[in-house]
Amino acid sequence: MSPRRVRAESDAVGRQDRPLRITVDGEPVDGVEGQTLAGVLLAADRLAWRRGRSGAPRGVFCGIGVCFDCLVTVGEDRDVRACRRRARDGDEVTTQSRAPGGLVDRNEPTPPPTEK
Amino acid sequence: MTHRDIVVVGAGPAGLAAAEGALAAGARVTLIDSADQPGGQYHRMLPEAYEATRPEALQHGWTAFQRRLRRVRGHPDCAWWSESSVWALERPDPAPDRDSDLDRDPDRDSDPDRDREQPRPPRVHVLRGPADGSGRRRTTLEPDALVLAVGAHDRVLPFPGWELPGVFTAGAAQALAKGERVVVGDRAVIAGTGPFLLPVAASLLEAGAQVLEVLEANTPRTVARGWSQRPWQLAAQAGKSGELAEYTALLLRHRVPYRTGRTVVEARGDGRVEEVVTARLRPDWSVVPGSERTLAVDAVCVTHGFSPQLELPVAAGCALRGTLGGEFVAVDDDQATSRPGVYAAGEITGVAGAPAARAEGALAGWRAAGGDPDTAAVRRLRRSRDQGRAFAERLARAHPIGAAWPGWLRPETVVCRCEEADYASLCRAAADPAGSAARVAKLATRAGLGPCQARVCGPTVAELNARLSGAPADREAEGLPVPAPHRRPLAQPIRLGELAAAPQPPHQP
Amino acid sequence: MYGTRVVVLGAGIVGSACARELALAGLDVTVVDRGAPASATTAHGEGNVLVSDKGPGPELELARISRELWPEVLAATAERSAHAARAVEWDPKGGIVVATTEAGAKGLADFAAAQRTAGVRAEVLDAGELAKAEPYVTRDHTAALHYPEDAQVQPAGAAAALLGDALAAGARLRTGCEVLGAATRGGRITGVRTTTGLIEADLFVNAAGPWAGELSARLDAPVDVRPRRGDVLVTTPLPPTVFHKVYDADYVGAVGSSAEDLQTSAVVESTHGGSVLIGSSRRRVGFDDRLRPEVLSAVAAKALRLFPSLAGVPVMRAYGGFRPYVPDHLPVIGADPRLDGLWHAGGHEGAGIGLSVGTARLLRNLVLGEEPVMDASPFRVDRPAVLGPNSPENTGSSHRTESEETA
Repeated sequence: MSPRRVRAESDAVGRQDRPLRITVDGEPVDGVEGQTLAGVLLAADRLAWRRGRSGAPRGVFCGIGVCFDCLVTVGEDRDVRACRRRARDGDEVTTQSRAPGGLVDRNEPTPPPTEK
Repeated sequence: MTHRDIVVVGAGPAGLAAAEGALAAGARVTLIDSADQPGGQYHRMLPEAYEATRPEALQHGWTAFQRRLRRVRGHPDCAWWSESSVWALERPDPAPDRDSDLDRDPDRDSDPDRDREQPRPPRVHVLRGPADGSGRRRTTLEPDALVLAVGAHDRVLPFPGWELPGVFTAGAAQALAKGERVVVGDRAVIAGTGPFLLPVAASLLEAGAQVLEVLEANTPRTVARGWSQRPWQLAAQAGKSGELAEYTALLLRHRVPYRTGRTVVEARGDGRVEEVVTARLRPDWSVVPGSERTLAVDAVCVTHGFSPQLELPVAAGCALRGTLGGEFVAVDDDQATSRPGVYAAGEITGVAGAPAARAEGALAGWRAAGGDPDTAAVRRLRRSRDQGRAFAERLARAHPIGAAWPGWLRPETVVCRCEEADYASLCRAAADPAGSAARVAKLATRAGLGPCQARVCGPTVAELNARLSGAPADREAEGLPVPAPHRRPLAQPIRLGELAAAPQPPHQP
Repeated sequence: MYGTRVVVLGAGIVGSACARELALAGLDVTVVDRGAPASATTAHGEGNVLVSDKGPGPELELARISRELWPEVLAATAERSAHAARAVEWDPKGGIVVATTEAGAKGLADFAAAQRTAGVRAEVLDAGELAKAEPYVTRDHTAALHYPEDAQVQPAGAAAALLGDALAAGARLRTGCEVLGAATRGGRITGVRTTTGLIEADLFVNAAGPWAGELSARLDAPVDVRPRRGDVLVTTPLPPTVFHKVYDADYVGAVGSSAEDLQTSAVVESTHGGSVLIGSSRRRVGFDDRLRPEVLSAVAAKALRLFPSLAGVPVMRAYGGFRPYVPDHLPVIGADPRLDGLWHAGGHEGAGIGLSVGTARLLRNLVLGEEPVMDASPFRVDRPAVLGPNSPENTGSSHRTESEETA
């Protein structure tokens, strides 16, 4: 089994779930409003989403913005700590990799247009 | 009524109390936190969007916290800056030059009165906007006094496999369960040292996970000896003890074994944690051979104590003090640091729990705002703070990090998670007399050079390098500070475009 | 000279390079540092091995000699230790200088023409070639030149490699040892008094970087070497984005300038770790190590003019170092005419990493009386910029005594 969200019906805090949807590398992932991106990913059974220098998988470690393991790109912004950023409906998340070659980081800066 | 401008950084128990104390003394307060809600880690709140009807179900002291929050946020002289990161502190006065250094009063650093003759605290550089966003608003504040209450995070020692997904800090498990109702796994082991193991276990149990074991690395003898010194001091922390007793009862109810003198020495799995190896430890945390056991898990939560977040105090120039539990900000009887106009409260001055943090915060805020130093209330706060300090010392004695922990490491064990620098590379650097200096070894191994900027591995790498090379710490050269693991002049990342933009006036909407 | 005892004062890259040359020549070398090796100026630079930023003259000549020596030196290091050689991160990536104004383009063209007469390779890049070489650089430029000889090292690793070579050749290292003064006899320095006792030797080399001025004053032979602060920004690791050392044409002017005010120019390059290093600023603020956000801001703004697409990239660290400079912006390499047995090797400002090996070779030539690799007279100690402001009437802080002066 895996990380998951406590079911709203049985949650002692008596909460409401308002669904939202983000995309991760183009794939839709469902979460609820108020969750961090890390929370959305974990609860959607994604334990890891970044790759380190060796290509090893990484996800959440510290959960409070200290370790920078959970970095993702949100829209145009690279290196966003997923554990600190609240998810918004429609967020386009792209995963990152520091592995050279092979595992491509899709977040290279956009080159300027070729014409002056 | 003083009408001083006070900036409080951090809105956890200490920062909120500081804001309240400063407002009570008649100051105008700007309360800054990087999160979108106050409370810090201790009172980590559920997202507003959850519309929770019973948020108190997960909180200790919820009513008092809510009352304080209303008093602070509702106060006309309080500006609450959420989602605001302090990325730099700019000291107004030059560093003492070497000539004056040579003949200076050796007591100067410990004599805050002398330093207080100098007028201004540092200028506070803030970025306002969503966490790690772009185009956040850059602004600066020039307070009459600054209260730093930025808290601490888990210290986790490296062990083989600790970089696998599914290995979390205890704080992560707690934050996810308490802050957004996400439970990190179904079969969890909680390991490390300190009373924090218990609330984390409680959070996971409450959220429906199975906690297989709670492992306290220190032996019963170490724990008992640490706690039993000066037992009369414990009475003052009755609130804290009661909280711990509740957790213990919860573990019993769920039949969760709490084992001492045992820890997780390895995590294994293919792309995620699948099992852990636990082992019995001697008092110095060396592994008892043959005591290893494997256990199938899907989550491991680890904490070996707390690392205070010292980048802002260090940037402000505050003197630190070494303790059994590591370095903390040195403060005087009024929570004043060695720098003029800079106060510190909460876990950056010592890990003593929320009640002590509140007392420190209230005292720091009151005194920063120029409140009367000698009222009955202030004397009470000082007493409470002193009890908290005694508690912190006992905590550190009962739950030390055993000196033999590097015995867990293998040559290929990752020590710096960001750069994946392994133990072998640190050993190699330390063995080279030409390259063993901390700064040189750091550049050679890259340990501590990655995105977390040594927040996680810094103290560990400093300790390993000192042990392996046998070298004393680098000496200070004028102008160049010693390579302290907490030195991060950029306290938070800032995007180039944000840095290039000119600061905007602080109180513009 | 074999067996002559030499004490090198300072275990930064210049001291390490000097120790290496002298130890390999068979001298009995001790390296002394009040801190730890390579931890001060050396560890706070960018690791420039450049010919592109220097106009014709003695410094360029020393740079070209150094550039030739580096591969040779590193090949020898690799024989001793593959790890040590790898840690140098030698990268002959080449430099690209970009002008963004018409005046800048004209200045750059003239500068390059003069450099070519001195043997520097400076190749004009048209817009297409520049875009191919640096896809992310601004298209809004007026001229670009490629300098294939420019290289980069990881400076602390380079210093450790040189010092390691020296130690392997028999040199000794004493750290945590601060020089307090000189022991002299008959106008000759015979020893240095230190915090850990007297160290006697036949020759002493002042390689104390930005502290060379203060050290030489303690030895009663002051040279005017001053600190100049430079700040560098480090981004989070990126996919490959910057492929050469890329800088704007303003940098050339800033290197030779004496203005006290803040000067900034964009110098942008990647490191092996994937971070982009962004410089540079030059400020004369003594040894003031305080962070100045407005300086970092100015550096960032200049860099974005060159690489607009880096605007969203986070800066995770900033560091500053103190570069040693002489008011006439030339290094000081040679014997001190006032005190026999004292030599100086320093004052390289921001170029000390690259120039270290050439400086060391030249110093060895002079010490051993060999045919020098170049005319060393422009770097001589006995020149007004080095001794001028420190003539006896101007040295309020000098501890010089009557007997020592006449001795």
